[in-house]
Amino acid sequence: MIPAAFDYQRAASADEALSLITEAGDEAKFLAGGHSLLPLMKLRLASPSMLIDVGRLTELSYVRDAGDHVAIGALTHHSVLERDPVLTAHVPLLAHAASQVGDPQVRHRGTIGGSIAHADPASDLPATVLALGGSMVARSARGERVIPAAGFFTGFLESVLAPDELLTEIRVPKMAGAGWSFQKFNRRAQDWAIVGVAAWRRNGASGVALVNMGPTPILATSVSAALAQGASLADAAQQAASEASPGADLNATTEYRTHLAKVLVRRALEQASS
Amino acid sequence: MQISMTVNGVKHSSEVEPRTLLVHHVREALGLTGTNIGCDTSSCGACTLHLDGQSVKSCTVLAVQADGGTITTIEGLAAADGTLHPMQESFRQNHGLQCGYCTPGMVMAAVGLLDENPNPTEAQVREGLEGNLCRCTGYHNIVKAVLAAAGGAR
Repeated sequence: MIPAAFDYQRAASADEALSLITEAGDEAKFLAGGHSLLPLMKLRLASPSMLIDVGRLTELSYVRDAGDHVAIGALTHHSVLERDPVLTAHVPLLAHAASQVGDPQVRHRGTIGGSIAHADPASDLPATVLALGGSMVARSARGERVIPAAGFFTGFLESVLAPDELLTEIRVPKMAGAGWSFQKFNRRAQDWAIVGVAAWRRNGASGVALVNMGPTPILATSVSAALAQGASLADAAQQAASEASPGADLNATTEYRTHLAKVLVRRALEQASS
Repeated sequence: MQISMTVNGVKHSSEVEPRTLLVHHVREALGLTGTNIGCDTSSCGACTLHLDGQSVKSCTVLAVQADGGTITTIEGLAAADGTLHPMQESFRQNHGLQCGYCTPGMVMAAVGLLDENPNPTEAQVREGLEGNLCRCTGYHNIVKAVLAAAGGAR
């Protein structure tokens, strides 16, 4: 399978990438590792007129301790995140989730910014950043803005990013000793989750988000509310699908996904509480 | 677009369409057909080769993304006199293949695995090869071959 023809430009800096996309217009797309975009293009589900390759912007590949949060450059590969000492120490849930993406070859090429900007509800990292209460930094010719994860994902493969905005950084609060769990249910090791759960818990506070339980990653606020009111873990987990609207596909019916979400949230809460 | 890359120690310059996939470039323009195309959807790992020292699925990389890069394919593993790479020899000794279709990608993934973790456990070998599908062997002898190669390297 070969993508439809497109023009290709390689950006040498973030500023150059922004001016290239401003010139190219709405049919251009940024290309990072290409592990979400290229498969879509090969299937001809996407056919951008131009790709602006930002994959070599080493200025956007970093993991930094930024005080109360960890700042991650959008071009940081999953294979770097899963081993990064700063991320492992302060946000182990995200480091672990990065280690569960695809397989080693995919993690060598895929980037956190590419995964988040692609906004696939079946991907591991969007839900994880949502559970953690992270935020995204986006830059365009108009300037820079910070977008909370809770307001970032708007629909299936859609986010609030404008066509000419470049996701440059992901910020995740330090977990400060919170218990955590990442649950991923699939049939083949490398597959997307049929249902996944990212969860953390510290004293009365918690964050739970669901993978592949609707058109966007889903924040399971009813679970956190039940926990805050003193519900047992099993009872809180019964609220797992309250905010979700799971679809059906060849892997799972809506009912099966709903069941899985409750089971996986219970397991996640138990692990995060132990 | 004009690109150049060093493949198995030889520098190649070529004119490619931006949409050319790395696996097609390596197989068709450079004639290195040891790298196989399997699923074509970055699932099976048959097209695994090394780009700048890391295992990648070359059906999901554009040739233009590899411009200026260093590539090793299965043809680049053995010594010039034909002596097999220790991983190839270990696959042979341990019968780590049957039909052989997945083998080039499997060997490249395995070499990449030991580059990152020279002394893996059996579980780490199995997880490290999760991106490569084999429909013949049940993986048992592949895992045995990788563990033996790791032992030989010690």
